[in-house]
Amino acid sequence: MSDLVLEATDVAKSYGRGESRFDALKGVSMQVRAGESLAILGKSGSGKSTLMHILALLDAPDAGSLRISGHDVTSLSTADIHRLRNRDFGFVFQQFFLVPDATVLENVIMPLKIAGVGVRERTERGMAALRALELDDKARNRATALSGGQKQRAVIARALVNEPTVIFADEPTGNLDTVTGGIVEDILFDLNRDKGITLVIVTHDEELAARCDRQIHLRDGLEVSPELAGAAA
Amino acid sequence: MKTRDVIASAVQNTFRSKLRTSLTVIAIFIGAFTLTLTSAIGAGISSFIDSQVGAIGAPGVLTVTPVPEDAPADDGPAVYDPDRATGGASIDGPPGMAGGGMNQADLDRIAEVPGITGVTPAVTLPVDFVETAGSQRYELTLDLATGLFIPDLAAGAAVADVDERQLQLPADYVEALGFADAQAAIGQPVTLGVTDAVGGHHEVEAVVAGITNPGLMNLGPEGNQALADALLAAQRTGVTGEATPVYLAADASIDPASTPEQIAAIKADLVDAGFQGMTVADQIGAFKTVIDVVTSILNAFAVIALLAAGFGIVNTLLMSVQERTREIGLMKAMGMRSGKVFGLFSMEAVFIGFLGSAIGAGVAIATGLIAAPLLAEGLFAELPGLEIVRFEPLSVAIIMGVVMAIAFLAGTLPARRAARQHPIEALRYE
Ligand SMILES: Nc1ncnc2c1ncn2[C@@H]1O[C@H](COP(=O)(O)OP(=O)(O)O)[C@@H](O)[C@H]1O
Ligand SMILES: [Mg+2]
Repeated sequence: MSDLVLEATDVAKSYGRGESRFDALKGVSMQVRAGESLAILGKSGSGKSTLMHILALLDAPDAGSLRISGHDVTSLSTADIHRLRNRDFGFVFQQFFLVPDATVLENVIMPLKIAGVGVRERTERGMAALRALELDDKARNRATALSGGQKQRAVIARALVNEPTVIFADEPTGNLDTVTGGIVEDILFDLNRDKGITLVIVTHDEELAARCDRQIHLRDGLEVSPELAGAAA
Repeated sequence: MKTRDVIASAVQNTFRSKLRTSLTVIAIFIGAFTLTLTSAIGAGISSFIDSQVGAIGAPGVLTVTPVPEDAPADDGPAVYDPDRATGGASIDGPPGMAGGGMNQADLDRIAEVPGITGVTPAVTLPVDFVETAGSQRYELTLDLATGLFIPDLAAGAAVADVDERQLQLPADYVEALGFADAQAAIGQPVTLGVTDAVGGHHEVEAVVAGITNPGLMNLGPEGNQALADALLAAQRTGVTGEATPVYLAADASIDPASTPEQIAAIKADLVDAGFQGMTVADQIGAFKTVIDVVTSILNAFAVIALLAAGFGIVNTLLMSVQERTREIGLMKAMGMRSGKVFGLFSMEAVFIGFLGSAIGAGVAIATGLIAAPLLAEGLFAELPGLEIVRFEPLSVAIIMGVVMAIAFLAGTLPARRAARQHPIEALRYE
């Protein structure tokens, strides 16, 4: 699915019930085009992560529809959805989510292990991904022994290892200092430019968003124009 | 995820929290250790009993004795009755003694009981002592060999129906009679002393044909027909007229393939006819009952340990699922199916079960193999041939299988909890 296109129409999502019900997304329509880099911008709590999770098939919307390359997601089987997430998507999260007592290499090859790739091939591909991120010398180290920037590079290696068509990154630089954050950004945009990997980056950082081809602004679960996004809710 | 990787990851995860895993493994270890050992003891004892039953009392023999008519005294000792008393006559008393025995008419009545195919009276031969040249004289209770029992021999062969006067002696006579060992006694002559009806002393020569092992049910010394004839002839010196032989017991043959129900029916018929019949298994029964009670208590203890271990596994894995919430969420986000997540955690439980049961069974086998020879030489020296523990690969495999099945069952609860986790909630989990 190299020309994979994600298309959300009027998606809504709420958390909780009754009194404590909270509408995190109130009807958002948007597209992710193949090969582009897209920023989902907004303040904390505006529903950015929720939208990204829906686009990445990690969560189902309460209302509205999602189409992947023209196919309605509801027509896909669980196995198809798992395969898409496993083969076509890569994930980068703000909190890294590395398994602390596993080695860096073991962390990186997790998607391949899940896909059922054999030991030798996944080691080779894992090492290649680590080499691309200049982390191959840390392959056998515990994930906990890495610095923040190294951790995020390991996470990117993990997102990259299955050669995905889309990388979803939720606040990829949120936990990094400016310099390290800049390096991580460069890596992501290089992947987008050199390998044609589509980027969906959730961020509240205007500068990072500005480097993307396109921006979507969210406020209180709705898409708004860039000018309104900045204004107080 | 490949099954191989699921197993490998489960094994790896087991060792992540070593302390927790070890504590759970210890509980399983105790259960598996005890079960392995008790089952081995059970198997050892019953194979010993079977060999004893097979050796001395072909399963097709009932030892029949008369039931004292006014006997069943659950209410105190029997009242003295001068007409009935045997006057202290022992089984080696002369034929023709008072009551308590059986005559030919009794044997005929026994033979009429349905299911009994033959009756052989137990004939005790009138021997005062046995000696060899240079040894002391020893008492000897010698029976006429019936051929119904196959002796458990340390050396030589069972007495044969030949012209040579033969006897077989228990192992404890070997040294007493001055032989170097059981083998050295075979074919050697011994002298038997007989007192006749008028108080005259006679000596009869016989040859040792076999030496029997001591066992639970001692098969006493036996002589062949030629020896019996010689001894009885010596004893009857000076007797005029025929004496009516009286027997204290008889061996009744039944179909060796009889079921316990059939044997019970034959025994009931014997009781109706005024006799009681006992198989060798009955006679060993008391010993077996004690062993059974001990092993049952140990087994109950083992099962309790395993139940506790089951809860230990539930607890261990629930904590593990809790700790690894994010990892589970991450794996699910990366496309791992719920079924595989379930497999991962239940496999971890099975592996904990495997660890505990393998170590338990291994240590039990080692303990058994080290302790058994020591016990066999010490406590159970009287019972050669007793294999105190007998490890059967099948029962060890069954125990390990059952323990792993219990572990799996215990693991299903935490594994289901892990499998049901929603990737997003798991990733948002703080
Ligand atoms: N599982 C949940 N239960 C209840 N409320 C939630 C849950 N997840 C998110 N929310 C709420 O939904 C809103 C949007 O969340 P999110 O999409 O994470 O925002 P953002 O990523 O823009 O900060 C927030 O107010 C958050 O508190
Ligand atoms: Mg967020």
